[in-house]
Amino acid sequence: MYKILKNELIGENIFELDVYAPLVVNKCLPGQFVIVMAYETSERIPLTIYDYDKSTGILKMIYQVVGASTKELVDLDDEIYSVVGPLGNPSELVMNIDEWKEKKVIFVAGGVGIAPVYPQIKYLKEHNVKVDCIYGVKNEKYLILEEKMKNICDNFYIATDDGSKGYHGLVTDCLKSLDKHYDKCVAIGPVVMMKYVSMLTKDLNIPTIVSMNPIMVDGTGMCGACRLIVDGNVKFACVDGPEFDGHKVDFDAAIKRMNIYKTFEGRKYLERCEGSMHHGNCGNCGDK
Amino acid sequence: MRLLDKKERIGSFSEVALGYNDEEALNEASRCLQCANPQCVKGCPVEVRIPEFIASILNGDVENAYKIIRFSSALPAVCGRVCPQEKQCESKCIRGYKGEAIAIGALERYVADYALKNKLTSLKAKTKNGKKVAIIGSGPSGLTCAGELAKEGYEVTVYEALHKAGGVLVYGIPEFRLPKKIVEQEINALKALGVEFVLNAPIGKCMTIEDLKREYDAIYIASGAGLPKFMGIENENANGVFSANEVLTRINLMGSFKEDANTPIYLGDNIVVVGGGNVACDAARSLRRFGKKVTLMYRRTKAELPAREAEVEHLLEEGIELLELTNPVKVLVDEDFNVVGLEVKKMELTEKDESGRRGVREIEGSNSNFDCDMVVMALGTSPNPLSTIESSVKKDNKGLIIVEGTKTSDDKVFAGGDAVTGAATVILAMEAGKKAAREIVENDI
Repeated sequence: MYKILKNELIGENIFELDVYAPLVVNKCLPGQFVIVMAYETSERIPLTIYDYDKSTGILKMIYQVVGASTKELVDLDDEIYSVVGPLGNPSELVMNIDEWKEKKVIFVAGGVGIAPVYPQIKYLKEHNVKVDCIYGVKNEKYLILEEKMKNICDNFYIATDDGSKGYHGLVTDCLKSLDKHYDKCVAIGPVVMMKYVSMLTKDLNIPTIVSMNPIMVDGTGMCGACRLIVDGNVKFACVDGPEFDGHKVDFDAAIKRMNIYKTFEGRKYLERCEGSMHHGNCGNCGDK
Repeated sequence: MRLLDKKERIGSFSEVALGYNDEEALNEASRCLQCANPQCVKGCPVEVRIPEFIASILNGDVENAYKIIRFSSALPAVCGRVCPQEKQCESKCIRGYKGEAIAIGALERYVADYALKNKLTSLKAKTKNGKKVAIIGSGPSGLTCAGELAKEGYEVTVYEALHKAGGVLVYGIPEFRLPKKIVEQEINALKALGVEFVLNAPIGKCMTIEDLKREYDAIYIASGAGLPKFMGIENENANGVFSANEVLTRINLMGSFKEDANTPIYLGDNIVVVGGGNVACDAARSLRRFGKKVTLMYRRTKAELPAREAEVEHLLEEGIELLELTNPVKVLVDEDFNVVGLEVKKMELTEKDESGRRGVREIEGSNSNFDCDMVVMALGTSPNPLSTIESSVKKDNKGLIIVEGTKTSDDKVFAGGDAVTGAATVILAMEAGKKAAREIVENDI
């Protein structure tokens, strides 16, 4: 059991969950994730780490309620059954921080993809890397961490589908409209968004990292549920990723894999299976 | 041995083999010839003193029989159920040359279950020697090593990446073959001995071996072989293609078959399991229990199936079809990338290779399509590389940890079980755990 310090609504259907998990926090680096279970009978679902404090052992996560498993999280008060991590590899930028000192990096976050982006930018800023960020959401109700992001980015752009705040339109159009030079792009959000950002940055000649977040069970390479095709090879998002070269990920295969949502059995399966990663705006699942 | 009725098995995860009652055990024990030079002992990887424990059963002293088995084997209730006895002890039984070998596994299970029921499983530990050992992985190898060292007075901590202890005994082997209650009892016996379990702790991620070395006098890596292999055929990433590990983990560890469990299991109506080992049989039989049509597709023939004999029998009884000499070459999909079938090739057996196993080759032009809507790949597993991240422990090009005895290239680090040998059996993993404990003691660590 892990002690919960906070479990609060911070945006439209979006919650912040803080737990005491020193074993996760001690080695945690930006880009990694955790797998949690609300109760002993719950599913294991991957959650993104949005912040952590090594001095207190506190781990902060953000999740969006999309189905039974995330709904179970909402009801938690004092304790959560299981939190395991840090899983996956730390962000490539963080691991090679010295290479980026004089460079300019653009982050493109979609929806709750902003949560894993935050600790990365925070880390880069602490190491004096110049960072801009585009943050796309459906409408302003879905915005989270806005003030915090403003404080750590050199330039912070918001894009909304309905124009209720910031740039009216898609993150890709927003990125094009900036017409700036960047040495690296990091895109984290729905698969379709990452696909189109990667297509654009290929044209713009910006090396791009994406963070993939398919369904997982154990998160340690055991189940193979999270397999992807990258550069023609099968990779496991949990142990080989979650970051991959956006120009090498076979997004169409990943999206096709998400077509499991479309079959009757698949829908039933996923009704209970989706993690906070699936926010219904992938364009494939037929939700929303 | 009495078995659960075939009809009752569908829709139920209750144990299939029901075990001996007292009378049956006595009858079977009385068949033992008490050989002066018992071959069965030589067939056992941990050399359980088989005729001696059988004699104790006959004398009505089951408690002593348990003590005899327990001297050599840390997990008798598990081994009695999952060891491939027909390839080990029972294969050497003189009785077997003319008629039936003694059912040694069944007798072992009888003794172990008696001990569990009568709470004879508690162990005594020597006075604490002030030394600390960390064990990575709580599968059969880790549990055995933990028990042995705790008995010697070591302070033992077992680190487990999942949320439950037991490793393959809980995530892999299904309830109907090894009830989880038994594993739990074994783990509780270790806890009573002072062994500490840290769950949700994937070593290599939350701590490295180097971190552990600062806190412990020795480390035993028993992280198993948990990574599933795939065939590398076209469309293998299609929806409806799963690893046996995923299917088994969802069912066993996450309890997908239970009413109150939230972890879903994807089910086709016409399922193919590819492979022929115990894992393939476990996956096929688990899925069959949901009432689905299941076919086991194997590239050799029934005679070569590497799975435990009893499991193959039970599998066939349960209405699973065995499709021999058939190998998938491509996954067939619809426009939404869902599995609709397998393109398969017929195979033929060739001469025996060095290991004495028949080889196999494809028959040119024998391609045909096999309809199915779910495919489970059970092609073996390879070692999990996580635990040795950022450590100096040397591995070979297959990712297997290199050892001498159980010593790795790092003086403080020992390793054994599937992480060293590649996927093998519970008993061999146990043996390695025992050996590691002995070497840790002998090296005065």
